[in-house]
Amino acid sequence: MSVIESFPRVRALKLPRADGFVPWIVPLVILGVWQLACATGFVSSRVLPAPSDVALAGWKLTVSGELGRNIWVSFWRASIGFMIGGSIGFAFGLANGLSQLAGKLTDTTLQMVRNIPHLALIPLVILWFGIDETAKLFLVALGVFFPVYLNTLHGIRTVDPQLIEMGRIYGMTNGELFTRVIFPGALPSIFVGLRFALGIMWLTLIVAETIAASSGLGYMAMQAREFMLVDVVVLSILIYALLGKLADSASRALERLTLAWHPAFRKP
Amino acid sequence: MQEALRFRVPEAELIDRPDYVKQARRLWQGSEVGARGLALTIRGLRKSFGDHEVLRGIDVCIPAGQFVAIVGKSGCGKSTLLRLIAGLESIDSGSVSFGSEARPEDARVMFQEPRLLPWARVLANVEVGLGRGRKSADARARAERALTEVGLAEKRGQWPAVLSGGQKQRVALARALVSHPRLLAFDEPLGALDALTRITMQRLLERVWRDQGFTAILVTHDVSEAIALADRVLLLEDGRIARDIHIDIKRPRKRGSADLAALEGSILGELLRGGDERST
Repeated sequence: MSVIESFPRVRALKLPRADGFVPWIVPLVILGVWQLACATGFVSSRVLPAPSDVALAGWKLTVSGELGRNIWVSFWRASIGFMIGGSIGFAFGLANGLSQLAGKLTDTTLQMVRNIPHLALIPLVILWFGIDETAKLFLVALGVFFPVYLNTLHGIRTVDPQLIEMGRIYGMTNGELFTRVIFPGALPSIFVGLRFALGIMWLTLIVAETIAASSGLGYMAMQAREFMLVDVVVLSILIYALLGKLADSASRALERLTLAWHPAFRKP
Repeated sequence: MQEALRFRVPEAELIDRPDYVKQARRLWQGSEVGARGLALTIRGLRKSFGDHEVLRGIDVCIPAGQFVAIVGKSGCGKSTLLRLIAGLESIDSGSVSFGSEARPEDARVMFQEPRLLPWARVLANVEVGLGRGRKSADARARAERALTEVGLAEKRGQWPAVLSGGQKQRVALARALVSHPRLLAFDEPLGALDALTRITMQRLLERVWRDQGFTAILVTHDVSEAIALADRVLLLEDGRIARDIHIDIKRPRKRGSADLAALEGSILGELLRGGDERST
């Protein structure tokens, strides 16, 4: 009897209507504690400005248009670099996954290049391209290339051979086999690559912008450091966090949309 | 007891319900292609993988519309024989010829695994079976008809992942049937199913075979399944046909009847004796 009684209580713990709110509890609590620590003088505003000050700095920069401009520049760099690196990685992944010859020809080279940390190339890239846009795009594209390449290749190589045999028996042409069997089969793995790539995209961009740039979020943070504007530094960091979360949510939504067949991505 | 059985296999109800069977038969008779099997002649068929000779000369004639079961111990070459008949492997020597001109859509295979595309809805999976006819205007209608035939019409919009093992295998059967094949090769299609679902599926196979009149070749390690379904049982041993048994017991065959049990006993005895001789 007691076992039966305990069931409703277990269920009552889940707040179904507040499900969307739950992931935000921890960030909000941290924000509250932070504000409290600053207000009581426990943390000096030179070390860490209160969230309200950060918000105020954000408001001022928004009004002056500086924030919007810098976010846009960073966003533009990130997406162009991502598209370039991502499409090249995807193309190589497809080619090497589908053709043994292409795989033999390029895979070893790519694996060697992969082991060079792409951020180690920053000095060289500055020498080649200066602190121009090209330098940032190059670095982002290079960073994004490998996760997309590796996971596309892996996805295509691990498509169930029994399904491919089935497709051939039922008279699929190579084109049909690719669009109906191989590509959908590789898609979950391609998405893994995409999400890794998004993380690397921001990381690369931040580093590139703090070292060599004349605009963008990273540049804004570095400028603020020069003038001891801690609130602006913290603001840039928080914006990075938000942009990262946004990119992740976008890729999640895309996964939900295209992988609806997959039990792991079905909406609860 | 009957109630309990029904509860365990809800699929059983649907497939065997008389009104349902009638509906499926009507659908079949209304379809465009007449029922006819494909005769099959195999002459001196040999196949090796590396040094290992799997098939050492198979000679057999299968008349159109016959239900043939191939039994034997694992590794005796029965699956290889089936794959050669279906054209999935290259022939080393000998020949497999069909009684008349056969299109690629005329021969279909059903495997132990359903091999459904997880990213395609049930109906789209059945449409795959149309082969070159996939793009024709009535592709959807034909796929729906095949799904109705296996009793899964109401699942047409589902993902394969939500189906049970038996249901998946029925979708695979619908996919194999949709092009109205004249030869259907089954490679242990029921091997992975639980005992009750197996029996339901055996009845379904028998029914579609009787309705459509294709030539059926069933590879199985289950002797009782072979004699419940087949007109003829080929016993494969060491890459040769050791025995060719015609089963004249009339259909529908009653499971557990004395005739079937006696036959099963003798075939099993043969299978086991073969193994003992080799090991001594």
